[in-house]
Amino acid sequence: MKSHLTFDFTVNKETNTVFVQREFAADRHVVWDAYTQAEILDQWWAPKPWVSKTKSMNFSVGGRRLYAMCGPEGEEHWAIQDFTSISPKKNFKFFDAFCDKDEIINTEMPSSTWSIDFEDKKDTTLVSITIGHKTLADLEMIIAMGFQEGFTMALDSLDELVSTIKK
Amino acid sequence: MRRDVFQAIADPTRRAILVLIAAQAMTPNALAEHFDSTRQAVSKHLRILTECELVKQSHTGREIYYELELKKMKEIDNWLEQFRKIWEARFTQLDSVLSKLKHTKK
Repeated sequence: MKSHLTFDFTVNKETNTVFVQREFAADRHVVWDAYTQAEILDQWWAPKPWVSKTKSMNFSVGGRRLYAMCGPEGEEHWAIQDFTSISPKKNFKFFDAFCDKDEIINTEMPSSTWSIDFEDKKDTTLVSITIGHKTLADLEMIIAMGFQEGFTMALDSLDELVSTIKK
Repeated sequence: MRRDVFQAIADPTRRAILVLIAAQAMTPNALAEHFDSTRQAVSKHLRILTECELVKQSHTGREIYYELELKKMKEIDNWLEQFRKIWEARFTQLDSVLSKLKHTKK
């Protein structure tokens, strides 16, 4: 079933934008909850073996989510999301920046602006995520950081694979 | 100490240097004019970028020009694939969370 779900991932270096689109086999209000409720977000936001831990979340315009991406070696990457616009079950927007656990924003790390759209399809919900960066260098830095996390992820799958082979 | 491309672009000044020399090859002095930091600080950043092979030097008369090493910058493009995989992994996790949510509702 998974293979029928649309997945699109585009990086536009002219506009310093990442565009991600994915269909989900669930009703729009359920998908909306999964993106906007901390306890559900933490179950999927971090690619394993990373874990997402939301310390606080006030999902309202002007509100903030403070969370950490925790790595297998004890790494903690703290970030905030400041909600700038919410149209219930249709779209929400936020400003994303790296910080420390005391919410002091790290201005040396790239920030980004996110817009997430939810749309009904026949039996699914289509989610479109647009992530804007200030400069191409910012975008490349984010990609490089993704590389780090993706790499640990790949190593983890390798571990799993190796343990399956052993058995 | 071993240096990698990630480390090179983790610093905002170094990223700014890369953006500047992407447009045209520049001397350390010309680069330093764009920053509040000292010429020595800029040289240190250039040394790190050179060690990571993100920039290369060319000599014109007595001047040293720094330019972008395009081949190495391409490595960053290759990382895109990893970035895409993160999103895929994230969404696969969301698929199972959603199916769990559906079952609890029923």
